[in-house]
Amino acid sequence: MAIPDAVPVLGIGWDDVLFMVLAAALIGTGLLVVTMRDIIRCGLAMMACFGALAGLYALLGAPLVAAAQVLVYIGAISVLILFAIMLTETKAAPARLVFQTQAIPAAIAAVVLALIIALTVGSTDWGAVPARLDSATDAVARSLFRDFVLPFEIVGVLLLAAVIGGVFLAKRERSDPS
Amino acid sequence: MSNSLDAYLILAGILFAIGSFGFLARRNAISMLMSIELMLNAVNLTIVAFGSFVESLRTSSSVIALIVMAVAAAEATVGLSIVIAIYRNRRTPLVDEYDTLRQ
Repeated sequence: MAIPDAVPVLGIGWDDVLFMVLAAALIGTGLLVVTMRDIIRCGLAMMACFGALAGLYALLGAPLVAAAQVLVYIGAISVLILFAIMLTETKAAPARLVFQTQAIPAAIAAVVLALIIALTVGSTDWGAVPARLDSATDAVARSLFRDFVLPFEIVGVLLLAAVIGGVFLAKRERSDPS
Repeated sequence: MSNSLDAYLILAGILFAIGSFGFLARRNAISMLMSIELMLNAVNLTIVAFGSFVESLRTSSSVIALIVMAVAAAEATVGLSIVIAIYRNRRTPLVDEYDTLRQ
């Protein structure tokens, strides 16, 4: 049985449906990340947010970036953040006020920022083609290891420095040199 | 809708605004770091969307997005270890209680 080109009742394409579902999931979980009281749940919502974003990358025809998003963000960074949450939360400390006193001006500023971005996007001609382009993985690899080989190496050194710096900063300092 | 660049850019803008709100409004230092991650992801979505709709950025956008991800991982490592180091001294993750210089 062949799948029809468009959703039967609504008359819109499957890609559009997928985009809307992923966009709703992205914005919903993003809002949960910044508003929920329990910070562990914020971290789990952030993982769901990254998952929706990986779906959007796959929809945009960048499968390598989608895979890296799952590996790096959901796999590594989220786990790092959850570990840090568990190291810094004490059971005795109640989750008191979640927001600073300037939360309402911050909300107004964020809404204004979103409006400015939307207006700018709407009034600019980006020279975009009307159809999506897929980025082939072998072309990406060739570009990464030929044209961008210097940034690639610099990022490697940066990651090494960041790991060493992280270990040094988080190391417990001995008070007496014994 | 999924074939227009504007939809992706506006979506990324909304995600960036959510992240900036979280960074300005939350009290917990780790919440602020999570908001920074949201903002970085919004920028990454912008880069990938441009690569998908502008012919001249087709392959380099994926490379740039991967490099941004690596830099974000480095940022998360250093940021979280700074938070843990401060927590060890002050016994609180709330940024408005880091007020030694004000007293």
